[in-house]
Amino acid sequence: MTARPLRLPALAAVLACGGCGTPWQSALHPGGAQAGGLLDLITIFTAVCGIVWLLVMIVTLLTLRRRRAGIEAPLPRDEGTERRPRRAVQAAVATTVVIIAGLTLLSFFVTRGLTADDPQALVVRVRAYQWWWEFTYQDPRPDQAFTVANEIHVPVGRPVRFLLEAPDVIHSFWVPSLAGKQDLIPGRSNEITLVADQPGVYRGQCAQFCGLQHAHMAFLVIAEPPDRFAAWQVAQRQPAPEPATDEASVGRRIFLARQCAACHTIQGTTASGTLGPDLTHVASRRYIAAGLLPTTRGSLAAWTADPQTLKPGNNMPMVPLGSDELSAVSAYLTSLR
Amino acid sequence: MSVAPEEPEVLDRRLDAAALDRRLDAVWQTPRGLWAALATVDHKIIGRRYIATAFVFLALGGLLAVAMRLQLARPEARVMSADRYNQVFTMHGANMMFLFAVPVMEAMAVYLVPLMVGTRNIAFPRLNAFSYWMYVAGGIVLWGAFVFDMGPDIGWFAYVPLSGPQYAPGKRADIWAQMITFTEVSALAVAVELVVTIFKQRAPGMSLDRIPLFVWSMLVTSFLIIIAMPAIMVASTSLILDRLIGTHFFNPAEGGDVLLWQHLFWFFGHPEVYIIFLPAVGMVSTLVVTFSRRPVFGYLGLVLAVISTGILAFGLWVHHMFVTGLPRLGESFFTGSSMAIAIPSGVQIFCWLATLWSGRPVLKVPLLFVYAFLFTFVMGGMTGVMVASVPFDTQVHDTYFVVAHFHYVLVGGAVFPLMGAVYYWFPKITGRLMSERVGRWVAGLVFVGFNLTFFPMHLLGLAGMPRRVYTYPAEMQWGSVNLFISLSALVLASGFLLFFWDAFRSLRHGIPAGDNPWDAPTLEWATSSPPPSYNFARLPVVSSAYPLWDERDALSVATGLRPDRREVLVSSVADARPEARESSPRNSIWPLWTAIATSIMLVWSIFTPWAVVWGSIPIATALIGWFWPKGVPEDDA
Amino acid sequence: MNERIVLDVSHLTLHGKSSASVTWWGTFAFMLLEGTGFALLIAVYLYLESLASEWPLGAPPPDLGPGSVLTAVLIASLVPNYLIARWAEQENLHKVRIGIVIMTVLGIVPVVLRFYEFPALHISWDSNAYGSILWALLGLHLTHLVTDLGDTVVLAILMFTRHGANKRRLGDIQDNALYWNFVVATWLPIYVCIYWVPRL
Ligand code: HEA
Ligand code: HEA
Ligand code: HEC
Ligand code: CUA
Ligand SMILES: [Cu+2]
Repeated sequence: MTARPLRLPALAAVLACGGCGTPWQSALHPGGAQAGGLLDLITIFTAVCGIVWLLVMIVTLLTLRRRRAGIEAPLPRDEGTERRPRRAVQAAVATTVVIIAGLTLLSFFVTRGLTADDPQALVVRVRAYQWWWEFTYQDPRPDQAFTVANEIHVPVGRPVRFLLEAPDVIHSFWVPSLAGKQDLIPGRSNEITLVADQPGVYRGQCAQFCGLQHAHMAFLVIAEPPDRFAAWQVAQRQPAPEPATDEASVGRRIFLARQCAACHTIQGTTASGTLGPDLTHVASRRYIAAGLLPTTRGSLAAWTADPQTLKPGNNMPMVPLGSDELSAVSAYLTSLR
Repeated sequence: MSVAPEEPEVLDRRLDAAALDRRLDAVWQTPRGLWAALATVDHKIIGRRYIATAFVFLALGGLLAVAMRLQLARPEARVMSADRYNQVFTMHGANMMFLFAVPVMEAMAVYLVPLMVGTRNIAFPRLNAFSYWMYVAGGIVLWGAFVFDMGPDIGWFAYVPLSGPQYAPGKRADIWAQMITFTEVSALAVAVELVVTIFKQRAPGMSLDRIPLFVWSMLVTSFLIIIAMPAIMVASTSLILDRLIGTHFFNPAEGGDVLLWQHLFWFFGHPEVYIIFLPAVGMVSTLVVTFSRRPVFGYLGLVLAVISTGILAFGLWVHHMFVTGLPRLGESFFTGSSMAIAIPSGVQIFCWLATLWSGRPVLKVPLLFVYAFLFTFVMGGMTGVMVASVPFDTQVHDTYFVVAHFHYVLVGGAVFPLMGAVYYWFPKITGRLMSERVGRWVAGLVFVGFNLTFFPMHLLGLAGMPRRVYTYPAEMQWGSVNLFISLSALVLASGFLLFFWDAFRSLRHGIPAGDNPWDAPTLEWATSSPPPSYNFARLPVVSSAYPLWDERDALSVATGLRPDRREVLVSSVADARPEARESSPRNSIWPLWTAIATSIMLVWSIFTPWAVVWGSIPIATALIGWFWPKGVPEDDA
Repeated sequence: MNERIVLDVSHLTLHGKSSASVTWWGTFAFMLLEGTGFALLIAVYLYLESLASEWPLGAPPPDLGPGSVLTAVLIASLVPNYLIARWAEQENLHKVRIGIVIMTVLGIVPVVLRFYEFPALHISWDSNAYGSILWALLGLHLTHLVTDLGDTVVLAILMFTRHGANKRRLGDIQDNALYWNFVVATWLPIYVCIYWVPRL
């Protein structure tokens, strides 16, 4: 943990919300039409409700205009003076009815807009595990399908349909800058369709409490122009590159010999475990362990050496490795681009 | 058939005031000593205990909140581990909902309702004692488990499969489920007592349109409890069965269903929030009337609003499940029904405003809390309307926006009125006033602290911060706002601390209050402060909704009850016509034994199903002891 | 505060009957809350059925025998139950004593039959969700049979002690009879669910 100086201006900016959050994970910074539509809806609701609240508060303050310092004898009941307040209350209730009817209708139409289906959509199957994400890009030709973890690329402008499954507990798929969230529920299949209209890096985070490391269950959505996306796709379909250095090939041998291979898959090797993320191109991803650490050789080594300290309770055990072994394994992992 | 002969001389008519008080006290009092204290069935003593215990849980839950805020003040902080944090927020939520908010409202009612309807004890006083003991036992189970690192860590709504046999090994989830059983048994018991007290023990003449609004609120609340709580009992029992003997209610692989849990939970959980809120509504109505010095505007409208909120409450539960993938059209229906709640809520707000508007408001501390309530609750209601919209909710569900919403309605909507109510009724309960000067500080600190703490959470939620995360990376830039929130939470906490201190100090050093310090109109102020063991020497008879305002010279009362046994009047449901002179049970230790036997059975049954079989033998024995006639005058017809 | 006496209640009866008594309302409230519990459990049954691909799930429908006999016994028991309430109302202690013995027997028989019902389900509680909900329905109802039986037995003993001749105890008899009606009434929808819904 690095100690940072207090940022007083940020504190002052709290009310304006300039100071909170980053554009890559925020309902207030849409990167696609859906999130944009939702932001408009949020704005309208906030404005309407804000005005209603203000009006009510003005009346509330005005009730104090006849306040007294001490307790006086109770006022006599007088039906005559009740007429005006009664009219006011009736009018207020009627206005309430109109406003909520309007908001309900608005909400209904926006809901309908959310569920547009597009046959052109790219289809990605999402499996959420305690505490990481597996994405399989579907393809009519089975050999063209491929699996990645914790980071996906999408082509700008093209809808992507996510088929949501949860093999263990409930999780929730949420990329606020692109769309609202949708739960992944064991025994049920849900889906959600997203479109990114602007290239960029959007962060998603599991929103449903799913146990110990719910806080560390993030993923990245990288939206890029269709040609860059196609190139990425081609690269991800490749098996893992052959180790280029001796150290890396030693690393591969250790990886395959130790428990690692029982849990992880590396295409092009004998490692075909499914309990952990597919590592075929792990070094091409920006973060490891669901957003926990930026991918560097150091962080790969640190993670392999002691995953339980970095992300307590996660489902990867500590596999005892000597320091040479560790260095070799991390060299190998770093080569998996 | 032997019916006790009616000796005219033992009727209260013949006795002068002092002699009557003496004889009634001999029959109704709780003698000194530990044993008598454990055996008492006086609703005032039990109510006092209930209130005090609930506030202890508020303090404990608040300390947990402070602990969470310490952890969240900075990114990647290590004040506590992920495991501890998950226990802490679960404990905070479960404790606040099940051990503080619901019980404290019932506790206030246990104390106040019999006084407000003009009777001498609550209906089924022994059940009342039992209920309190069960509540305490539930609290001890939950907190005891937490102290031994066995506190539940699954969130206050304990979604399966995370709380199921496979993903929650150990006993933590069972502790949660069984704590539910304890608190529900006690809540259901109080609800039954209140319904019967309100239906059948009202003072002669207190027809439906003269019932104090707080009592109306408690009547509707009690029905909500009776109809909603069985759902959570079904849910938590099924969970225990899944975990203990391998049933498959929630296991999709064997025909069960994960969402079944959510339906059952929220069928209870949504009414639950109105179970907390409606009593607060009753408190606000009471305070508004007394301190605006006029009868309430729109009595009928307020009563109908409370009733319709209660009915609508059962048609909203799906709004907690908007992102679970239910059919969109169905979800939109729940948007409509959720928003419809704004109508009765609006009616209430507008009627209170009309009352204050045309009254002569006196800004004593209780009314200050009402204004704090109006400011805060209406804002919370507005965010409620926002999250009721399906598309809106897909962005903010399970984020700090929702955390902000529900603290605005829970703290602003329920705790503020409650604090006002404490300042208001404290003199009745203790005979002494709390400090007006300190009270202003409390109101100010709590109000400002609260809004500074929770308002920014709306923004955090929109800025993408999910709830229930034990930490967050620095690069998310939520750090400064969270720090601000945590610092503000300390201001809020200091307000609560001052409140507790004021209450403690005033117990001994408060200004003596007299019977009716606020010149309030309802019956609880017609007796002394604190009230005698029998509440009223002669039972009041009312001819208006504001008896103490409309008959300022003398209180109308009834005679003809026996002072030599515990006797109350039973009256008809609609027009409160006296129907019978019923006896009310004496003090008894058996409710305590029954509660102990039940607690042992419930805790034991976390470990083996046979506990239910063997454990019910002592319960049955204790129950027989409870009901077996003891040959006292109250046994006679 | 000064008092003004406006009403004399000394003429009132010392024990209100049925809706004039608090225990009647207490019983009513408990029936409401337990009835909600039963309704919810039945809702769970129908909910699980609506999700399942086949129903019953992985088992033949339950045998009709024991459950139907039990239903018949319960329905038959309504007659003496009605009578005992009347006798209690008439404060006829002698007949009440006879009636409470009959009701005790009619309380024991269904409990015994229930233990033939469980095997007739052809499925265990831990086989699948269908088995679980069946056992839960029967089990929840069984607890009501047993508690009401316990209550009846205690009242039967009371009736033969010196406490029997007391309006309050006779009121208890009436409330117990009322509650038994409830136990029978809740059984009928459960019976339909368990035995007939799978045959639809
Ligand atoms: C005291 C408790 C309380 C109260 C009173 C309310 C009141 C309301 N709540 Fe809230 N709610 C909670 C406690 C409460 N809630 C809790 C604890 C949760 C979270 C549980 C969890 O997940 O842990 C929750 C969550 C919650 C959700 C789920 C959000 C999510 O998880 O994503 C929703 C969605 O619809 C909702 C809606 C509402 C609505 C519409 C009201 C309405 O009743 C509000 C009505 C009031 C007003 C609107 C203000 C007064 C009216 C006027 C002044 C008239 C004019 C108004 C208009 C024109 C709009 N609440
Ligand atoms: C009535 C209910 C209630 C109340 C009053 C509160 C009060 C507070 N709550 Fe809580 N809260 C919930 C109900 C409530 N909460 C629920 C249901 C949840 C959801 C849980 C879940 O997700 O499962 C939640 C969740 C929740 C979270 C989200 C946690 C997460 O998602 O990770 C946070 C975070 O800031 C929070 C903060 C607070 C704070 C700062 C207060 C403050 O208002 C507290 C102020 C009070 C004090 C600080 C006490 C002061 C007293 C003393 C200091 C006295 C000292 C002691 C003695 C004299 C003995 N609450
Ligand atoms: C018992 C199963 C298991 C074993 C054995 C195992 N892992 Fe893992 N591994 C996992 C799981 C599960 C995760 C995901 C953890 C998380 O993020 O919560 C993971 C994550 C990782 C990641 C990060 C992947 C990403 O994309 O975020 C790397 C790198 C990794 N493991 C390397 C190794 C190496 C090297 C070994 C052997 C020394 C090993 N693992 C052994 C289960 C295992
Ligand atoms: Cu997965 Cu939270
Ligand atoms: Cu709700």
